[in-house]
Amino acid sequence: MNFTPLNIILIGIAGLLGVGFYGLLITRNLIKVVMMLQILIKAVVLALVFAGKLSGNLGLGQSAAATVIVADTIVAVVGLALAVQVRRRFGTLDVPKISTLKG
Amino acid sequence: METIAYFLLLAGAIFCAYRATVSKRILSSTLYLACISALISVVIFMLGATQVAVMELSVGAGLVTVLMVYALSVVGEDALDPASVIPKPLALGLIGAVTILLGWMVYPAIQVTIATGDVDLASVLWQSRVLDVWIQIVLIFSGVMGVLGLLSERTPVQTEEVHK
Repeated sequence: MNFTPLNIILIGIAGLLGVGFYGLLITRNLIKVVMMLQILIKAVVLALVFAGKLSGNLGLGQSAAATVIVADTIVAVVGLALAVQVRRRFGTLDVPKISTLKG
Repeated sequence: METIAYFLLLAGAIFCAYRATVSKRILSSTLYLACISALISVVIFMLGATQVAVMELSVGAGLVTVLMVYALSVVGEDALDPASVIPKPLALGLIGAVTILLGWMVYPAIQVTIATGDVDLASVLWQSRVLDVWIQIVLIFSGVMGVLGLLSERTPVQTEEVHK
């Protein structure tokens, strides 16, 4: 495997996805969960632009990436608003402590 | 030279992502997240997607960071990440396996040569992907409602006492 720019970008995307998933698994703070989702989405944005570049249709990749960036920002805003309201209601941001569903 | 630049930028982004994950203080994680956005936007710019790079830099490293810091200032002393429920070696093994599997599946796709030919972002966005634009408008309205939820203060409910 030779290290061309394409290979390095692919490894970078996989690495960012891996770190983001790892963070989602080990974190318990609600704000940090939102941050880990942000890391995952940054990897996805890079992957979309990369795919557009590979397929020769960079405009399509850019438009999909722009949509994902807007959706990502809204996820962050709504997630942070939810976290603030949860903190006010339950007094904590620890996800296991605020799960009130009984199964 | 280009290979070294991509390597340094992406290695920096992965290092910042790891530090954001393992850092106990969430304010530090927020700053590492802003660094990831800046580095990724440079990579996107080098790939030729200049509009998306500017959008990622302004929104990812600017707006989201400001919102995170504001949320942390509201949350206050609870901005520490407690220890994880899942054992870290188990999480590492699982994620390593998934990442290797993903790389193995995607690797044949980049053996093709880069195709030429490009279409302007504006023409794609306003002609082929008009539905995306409408969805983005709806999402932005949702974001405004989210900001209102973030900024709203809960007023105490006035209960009327029943005088007997």
